[in-house]
Amino acid sequence: MITRRIYRALDARLGTTSIGRTALAKVFPDHWTFMFGEIALYAFMALLLTGTYLTLFFEPSTSETVYDGAYQPLDGSKVSSAFASTVALSFDVRAGLLIRQAHHWAALLFVAAIVVHMLRVFFTGAFRRPRELNWVVGVTMLALALLNGFTGYSMPDDLLSGTGLRIIYSTVLSIPVVGSWIATLAFGGEFPTPETTPRLYISHVLIVPGIFLALISVHLLMIIRQKHSQFPGPGRREHNVVGSRLWPAYAVRSVSLLTGVFAVVFALGGLVQINPVWIYGPFHPAKATSPAQPDWYVAWGDGALRLFPPIEFHVFGHLVPAPFLPAVGVGTVTFLLLYAWPWLERWRTGDKASHQILQRPRESPGRVAVGAYALTFFAVLLVTAADDIIARLTRIPVTGLLRTLQILVLVLPFVVAAVAFFTARALRAGTATSLGELTREDLHAGLSGRSIDRRPDDEPEERIRLWRNPDDTWRWRWYGPGEELSSNEAFLDRQEALDAAKTAFPGVRVEQDEPPEGVVLPPPQHKPGPATKAAAALVWVAMAVLGRRADRRTPSRSEASE
Amino acid sequence: MSGTGPMSGQTGAVRRIRFAFAVTVLGAVGFAVSYGLGGNTQLLGLSLAVAFAGLAYGLAVWGRRLLPTGGFVEQKPELAASPQQRDLLAAATDGPESPLQRRGLVGMLLLGVGAIGVALLFPLRSLLSFRKPDPVTMLRHTAWEAGVRMVTPEGEPVRLTDIQAGTIQIVVPEGHTRDGDAPAFVVRLNPALLDRRPAAGDLGGVVAYSLLCTHAGCPVGLYEQTTGRMLCPCHQSAFDLYRDADPIAGPAARPLPGLPIDVDEAGFLRARGPFTAPPGAGFWSRP
Repeated sequence: MITRRIYRALDARLGTTSIGRTALAKVFPDHWTFMFGEIALYAFMALLLTGTYLTLFFEPSTSETVYDGAYQPLDGSKVSSAFASTVALSFDVRAGLLIRQAHHWAALLFVAAIVVHMLRVFFTGAFRRPRELNWVVGVTMLALALLNGFTGYSMPDDLLSGTGLRIIYSTVLSIPVVGSWIATLAFGGEFPTPETTPRLYISHVLIVPGIFLALISVHLLMIIRQKHSQFPGPGRREHNVVGSRLWPAYAVRSVSLLTGVFAVVFALGGLVQINPVWIYGPFHPAKATSPAQPDWYVAWGDGALRLFPPIEFHVFGHLVPAPFLPAVGVGTVTFLLLYAWPWLERWRTGDKASHQILQRPRESPGRVAVGAYALTFFAVLLVTAADDIIARLTRIPVTGLLRTLQILVLVLPFVVAAVAFFTARALRAGTATSLGELTREDLHAGLSGRSIDRRPDDEPEERIRLWRNPDDTWRWRWYGPGEELSSNEAFLDRQEALDAAKTAFPGVRVEQDEPPEGVVLPPPQHKPGPATKAAAALVWVAMAVLGRRADRRTPSRSEASE
Repeated sequence: MSGTGPMSGQTGAVRRIRFAFAVTVLGAVGFAVSYGLGGNTQLLGLSLAVAFAGLAYGLAVWGRRLLPTGGFVEQKPELAASPQQRDLLAAATDGPESPLQRRGLVGMLLLGVGAIGVALLFPLRSLLSFRKPDPVTMLRHTAWEAGVRMVTPEGEPVRLTDIQAGTIQIVVPEGHTRDGDAPAFVVRLNPALLDRRPAAGDLGGVVAYSLLCTHAGCPVGLYEQTTGRMLCPCHQSAFDLYRDADPIAGPAARPLPGLPIDVDEAGFLRARGPFTAPPGAGFWSRP
């Protein structure tokens, strides 16, 4: 077999066998909420691949050139190289528009997946000890994703992105004391400058992706080291992980997810237009597009800028301009709270224990309230970023709409947080498994704060069986009410298997742990089909006849030992 | 490729997977063909998406129907070592043989490394060319000064008679058509309706203001003649031109700076001086 030769060659040089066996047998929880992080990872891969292709054609320079190509309305006009090459990418490079639009859609999906992944981690308490560091790495990656998304769509030097850059420049300018220095250093002078586009480019294609790759590695290494957290369930303990093994089931499903993400990205990239810079036209400092909306993940900042009242004040005779509080303030406070959240919650609850079992959101109504508050707050900001469009569609005057949104942003988050808080308490108090099953009594219990301690009953009938396989390896299996779980790998000796079983299920009785000398125990069956039974019986008989040492694995036997 | 097992019930799954992978091949061929035929974006995207979707579906069925899902448990040993081992590690790092024991030297080393770190921050200053003035001077100064002619963004000089009621004329300083801080607009107002006389003066109702919103610097491009208001398309600030461009709605807190104008011998509009205040978004050292 070719695999045997490859493994022998690798093992002789790098000693990879032990790591390889552990890696293939690594157990991943099967819950669907664990997919969001993977979607983000695969969107990132799509971004790297499509982005690398785009760099072959994009010219990051604002020096003037003449666009000469297939897009008639701009043919022969004097524009910047960045704008001309973006239009050329879209009309003159075959498949260029597909890759460009797929890149942009992948970016939107990427940030969305990160945010949903983070919500899952937040509401289930996965950030708690021992995973606070990975939360910090994750929040940093969110910040970098927002930054790189913004620099990405600001590079083509079109009118919409130029307007966005101007707003960011003004926002940085509003920082007290150092704002004018930071803004002019970053942009190379007073906006707009020829230095801007090349700097955006190198940050977008090298600096931030490089940091991002390093952080992804750290993120995944920490997951591998700490292993996955998991939802409560039969056999799920603080010292084990229950699910599918990496090889074969999980790997196949994960590659399916990867290709699914690619399918979505390319379908959107081919069929749904995004960022048509040729319609916005080239940047000019005296022009702006109307309406002007940023990509969704920075729209909260734009919404905050629209929503905040016209407040400017002076500190020691110096001006603190209007964008400072809504844009710099909201962003800074949000990210500081995100970074600090694991420690804030620990300080509030006094819970310093290490947690491998996740919470359902209802188990922490206070956290649900905070999350609901933040989500509602940012949802209102997001809606506000489109207030001009809403005003146009509904024919409500924009000033009246703005006043309504200003009231909503103050009131609505509290209302939603309160509803979420009492709903979580009602769910926790009663027996309802979903919102639709809530009864009046549950709701009363939720309002009064009376909570019934409903820990799952101790699992009475659990035991572990240990057995020896025909190839002299050892495995074990846990039996609980209605569930059986197999050890994820084969162990080379009995003690190793016993230690693993006792680690995964401390205090559970281990049965039938020593077969008589020379006898191989038949593997316990996991819902055996007739074919498996037949194969197992056949193998058992064959092995009993042929003796205990079987050096060659046969496909039928390894199938049966599962 | 296909792992047809003896299990009953799997044959359906195997058939579906085989079909999905065949769709992938068709999608890939479709992609190559549409590329060869000129590269229609919709066809390229659709065929590539179909190809990947075939893989996604086939692998999902393979993973869920033909491979064991769930039912495995892996032990999760305590990560923390014993206190004794931690002590050994600590002793190895700062024990008697450790260089960290020489506190004085370590202090000097940190000082040296810190000094290098600070020294290496200096070249960051080069991000802003030394040939440019300091930020505050740059932010306060624009190319408008007495005698500078007003031209359209395309570079055409503007006559007073070109300014008609009902529309604004965007102007930039001659020779500085792409300056970020200089765009202004000229508009003809009804002098009888002026609530407040413009600080920069007017020429029989013709006034000029900075085009840049005092909130976040966007060009305030939308003129509403009936009310005499300028609206910003970015964050919906509104400025009342009949009250010297005071902000009346939205997040802008300061009026648009005015630009004093007059007419030269040839009848073209020109500036009589700089803006009445630094244009655009505010900054710390703004007067």
